[in-house]
Amino acid sequence: MIAPKKLFKRDVVQNTADVPRRAFVRNALRGYEAKRDENKAKFLDWQSARDVASEIKFEGINHLDKYLKQFAQNAEARGTKVFFASTAAQARDYIVNLAREKNVKSIIKSKTMTSEEIHLNDALEKEGFGVVESDLGEFIQQLRKEPPYHFVFPCMHLKRDEISSLFHDKLGSEPTNSPEELTMIARRFLRQKYIQADMGISGANFLVAETGMISITENEGNARLTTSLPKIHVAIVGIEKVLPKLEDLALFLPMLGTAGCGQELTGYNTQIGGPRQPGETDGPEEFHIVLLDNNRTALLADAEQRDALHCIRCGACLNVCPVFKNVGGHTYGTTYAGPIGSVITPHLRGLQDWKHLSGASSLCGACSEACPVKIDIHHHLLQNRRNAAAEKPVWWEKALWIGFAFLMRRPFLYYLMTKAAPFGQFFHPLIKATALDPFLAWTHSRECPASATTTFKDYWKQHKKQKDAASV
Amino acid sequence: MSATTTDSRESIFARIREALTNPATPHHRAVHPENVAPESTLKQWLPAVGSTLDEQIALFAENCVALKAEFKACSSLDEAVAHINQLAADNQWTKIATHHSELTDAVASKLSTAIYHADETYDKLVLETCNAGLTGCEALVSQTGSVCITPHASGGRSLSILPPHHIVIARRSQIVADLPATYALIKERYSASGYPSFISFSTGPSRTGDIERILVLGAHGPKRLTVLLIP
Ligand code: SF4
Repeated sequence: MIAPKKLFKRDVVQNTADVPRRAFVRNALRGYEAKRDENKAKFLDWQSARDVASEIKFEGINHLDKYLKQFAQNAEARGTKVFFASTAAQARDYIVNLAREKNVKSIIKSKTMTSEEIHLNDALEKEGFGVVESDLGEFIQQLRKEPPYHFVFPCMHLKRDEISSLFHDKLGSEPTNSPEELTMIARRFLRQKYIQADMGISGANFLVAETGMISITENEGNARLTTSLPKIHVAIVGIEKVLPKLEDLALFLPMLGTAGCGQELTGYNTQIGGPRQPGETDGPEEFHIVLLDNNRTALLADAEQRDALHCIRCGACLNVCPVFKNVGGHTYGTTYAGPIGSVITPHLRGLQDWKHLSGASSLCGACSEACPVKIDIHHHLLQNRRNAAAEKPVWWEKALWIGFAFLMRRPFLYYLMTKAAPFGQFFHPLIKATALDPFLAWTHSRECPASATTTFKDYWKQHKKQKDAASV
Repeated sequence: MSATTTDSRESIFARIREALTNPATPHHRAVHPENVAPESTLKQWLPAVGSTLDEQIALFAENCVALKAEFKACSSLDEAVAHINQLAADNQWTKIATHHSELTDAVASKLSTAIYHADETYDKLVLETCNAGLTGCEALVSQTGSVCITPHASGGRSLSILPPHHIVIARRSQIVADLPATYALIKERYSASGYPSFISFSTGPSRTGDIERILVLGAHGPKRLTVLLIP
């Protein structure tokens, strides 16, 4: 296996070179930004709403044991089966076993990042279960055998003609360049799948402790179909998704819609509190909720970065991130891309293997500014860098700092260096952007500004002399 | 069951308790001091809604336009029936699915299209062939232009999502100002007797922007949503 950092570096070079794609993604996000701002402005006070949302999440996460227990009790009281999984493997096994036990023939899925995290589709397919993604973007990505590019807009990097030829190859449809027709091709194909499926798998955006309900936010109606028609519904959810009260949704649903898609409320926001109850017309006979830890408790133990668990996965921080816009979602090599992915992945999958993501940031803070629950994202990136260096110091970085300190404490040496710089730069073109160049990382794609020919010290001396002469 | 599928409830709770012995860094709790008792005061941060019923209906109608949903304030039940009959004629409908309730029964009995009752036991294959689903609702949310749906008020889970056109019939008194008021209403109605297994807010027809972020209606759910308000 290639180390994540190496892969990252390779993909950065590859993807940043694709200038038209970068422009395309940026352009798509401009539309989102305009819509988001329009809807933010509808709030009487968006900044206070962020405060309140952050406060509610703080309460939930810092009393996670209490609320999770309450959630499980309330859900179980309505006939829901709640399963706690420590690891990805445990969650996968539970779902695979369930499918086997119930003799499931076909499975329909609505969008769930948690299932991407545990690679559920692979596990089910390996056991011979057919799984179909029903969210349009996820369906396209599944046909491409590619993970989602963005956790809210899974195929935002694709152009319509690419999707058209994909559908032509895989579904045998006529080529078209109308997004509407492409959507209808998928609609027709998936309709039958809903009707046939005997298991529906979904995620959830929130767990409501007070009532034992999950809440799902979507636009297409695919999650509604997935959770209505099949006789078994399985929801896979991270343990951090708790909200204490039902009415908290009155704040979180519009905030998620606004920050995530630039909509005051997305098309369908559904709370599910059990399988079909007595007196109800339809709904699954069985409802299972798999609550996943998979190292979330390790992040919980970090008192400094605990608020990263407040994340509602709206994707707003990705949409404003200059790094994401240029390197793209797949380059991160993780389930959760973008700024929040860079913060949490080192906790979920190992600091030393994933610390490079925290390094790949200009620390501009656009992410923290955009976050509806006020996670201090860019400071957490700094903390990850600090923790990584403290845990396993990098020798050449240390040597560099010792050298720097040595130089800075000796004004004369420093003076000599600044005097020498223009000469060095004069000869630099001889080795510039070659393997011999000590500044290669910078110079292979950028120009160095010319260093000044006069040092500030010399300039000041000169300036004073002139002033003195003038005042005589 | 194999060893890996035994529940880890106890070990997860133990890890959570252990993790929480270390209090969170206070910096992250630096919120505005006025925002400490949020639940009862959510209204003041959310989008504004007028206080009179007429204002609320006007806002609901405005939201429907933005959402590309159809809204009509009818002066009588008969006007609503006529509207549905017109839709049926224009689109050559052959079958409308619905559920039993006072309001839907009153409408269905006057419709000129064949009716399929998706109550108790119904065939999802038949429901899939219906041109429209006619339902009642729990409430209409003025703030967001949403239709709040539950099994008690709107029939089964599939009726409002499987047919390509969703028609909602509601009384003026079912208009609710905002989301906090809607959840308060749901709590008032169900917290004692038991919540329905399903509560959903339909906000406009089904939509997607997955292809080039261009809006397309009718991704999986209904392509059209019609809300008919009667006195
Ligand atoms: S960190 Fe904040 S902005 Fe980023 S996805 Fe999570 S909630 Fe949204």
